[in-house]
Amino acid sequence: MNTEKFVQIEKVGMSFDTKKGKFVALRDIDLTIKQGEFISLIGHSGCGKSTLLNLIAGLTLPSSGVLLCANREIAGPGPERAVVFQNHSLLPWLTCFENVYLAVERVFAANEKKAELKDRTTRVLELVGLAHAMHKYPGEISGGMKQRVGIARALAMEPKVLLMDEPFGALDALTRARLQDELMKICEATKATTVMVTHDVDEAVLLSDRIVMMTNGPAATIGEILSVDLPRPRERLTLAGNPDYMRYRSQVIEFLYAKQSHPLAA
Amino acid sequence: MTAITVDALTEKVGAGGTAKLSVPPPPAPSQLTGPSSMEQDSAALRTLLAAVLPPVIGLALLIGIWQLATMNGGSIPTPGKTWEAAVKLFADPFYSNGPNDQGIGWNILASLQRVGIGFGFAALVGIPLGFLLGRFAMMARMINPIISLLRPVSPLAWLPIGLLVFKKADPAATWTIFICSIWPMIMNTAQGVMRVPQDYLNVARVLNLSEWKIVTKILFPSVLPYMLTGIRLSIGTAWLVIVAAEMLTGGVGIGFWVWDEWNNLKVEHIIIAIFVIGIVGLILEQTLLLLAKRLHTES
Repeated sequence: MNTEKFVQIEKVGMSFDTKKGKFVALRDIDLTIKQGEFISLIGHSGCGKSTLLNLIAGLTLPSSGVLLCANREIAGPGPERAVVFQNHSLLPWLTCFENVYLAVERVFAANEKKAELKDRTTRVLELVGLAHAMHKYPGEISGGMKQRVGIARALAMEPKVLLMDEPFGALDALTRARLQDELMKICEATKATTVMVTHDVDEAVLLSDRIVMMTNGPAATIGEILSVDLPRPRERLTLAGNPDYMRYRSQVIEFLYAKQSHPLAA
Repeated sequence: MTAITVDALTEKVGAGGTAKLSVPPPPAPSQLTGPSSMEQDSAALRTLLAAVLPPVIGLALLIGIWQLATMNGGSIPTPGKTWEAAVKLFADPFYSNGPNDQGIGWNILASLQRVGIGFGFAALVGIPLGFLLGRFAMMARMINPIISLLRPVSPLAWLPIGLLVFKKADPAATWTIFICSIWPMIMNTAQGVMRVPQDYLNVARVLNLSEWKIVTKILFPSVLPYMLTGIRLSIGTAWLVIVAAEMLTGGVGIGFWVWDEWNNLKVEHIIIAIFVIGIVGLILEQTLLLLAKRLHTES
């Protein structure tokens, strides 16, 4: 398998038919993602970063161009490209365990016995630190815990690509920081190829190998790509004073606020 | 009535007094539990009174007006006379002197059975149909105009068709129940299916769940509250319709019983029947509400 070109996005454009006519959301997107790479998509709201993520997920199909994953065209959603949804999207009538089990069962039931499936579910919930709460319903746990179940559900499928749509957007700063640290460890351990949509500059620099910065919509496209060459494992505290970290951070900020000043201000 | 309100007033004053008294001295732990639990008790009593008193007053007013309107004679019996008749009637609710003379208990049960059967068939047909309508837009476009056309028709208009097809009165009455119950079930189930959050369906797509899993794990649980609303609405209408249907078809049943007592000119029995029908309807509705609430808290 070609590990250098694991996910290929070629000349992709996306437009929607609206009452006022055609609305071009994305145009000329070209991006190649290596296996095991962590990519962040960043940009102002309305720049189509979620649209791009949904295209990789296969939840929507492009109007033009082609997307490939492991040399195969992405023709629809599937468990090999797991999605962590922005609002966690857990089924409220199932316990955390059952929510994850639903995914595990779908992917592995063909080859494994029930006990093994349950083992897998328990293991992945332990991985995100939720062993104690796995038989609770989503309504009984905090927002951060729900999001961790959402991540566990995605990880449990052992996906080729992990797609995350602002996974920590709705959380408070402290919980967000803790989950970012956990996510870094998990990605380190599983070597997952990850694409994350975010609007948080620090989050992007801390987690990413490359940051894909998008221009403002409509007809948004990739403005710049920034490679973040900081050694791993990364430590939030030591990075805070690291000059490279500061430089990357200001580069993203400069792109967002100088080159692509906020659409409302423009 | 005035006596009751005065009682309530003294109750409140008494409670206020103990509350003030229990504050200043710092008592030993063993003593502490005494007044605070008393306080709790009186607070509970107050909320209970607030909940029970207004309906009791309302009912008393109703009976009072009834008494005032009927005490100077006339064809409508007084509350007292109706009460006496009711005591006699309910002393032996399950007697049976042939098909046209049975106790009120049998009559109520016969009506409930008809409602149960008609309603059960309506659920059996209406809920799956609602699922199809909600899931496939093509089906909805095909069936919705027919439903819109038939829904406003009084179910009693279908009674002759039932008599024609089933050749007997009893299934014909059940048939009208079926007809009147099925519309709310179809509509509410379809509505529920269409309102399943897109997020859940996206989860289903990413997990690539089978249609069976989608129905059992995602559609059914999220549609359940809507379905229960449909069931509640239709049981209300079914209970309304059965009385009228039985008046037309005869046999054993609370509707026929009302008509029979009208022919016998036992007006107090008709009034009793009105109360009984109301109470049974209320119980049906409340039971379903309770069920809906339980399911809601579980999810």
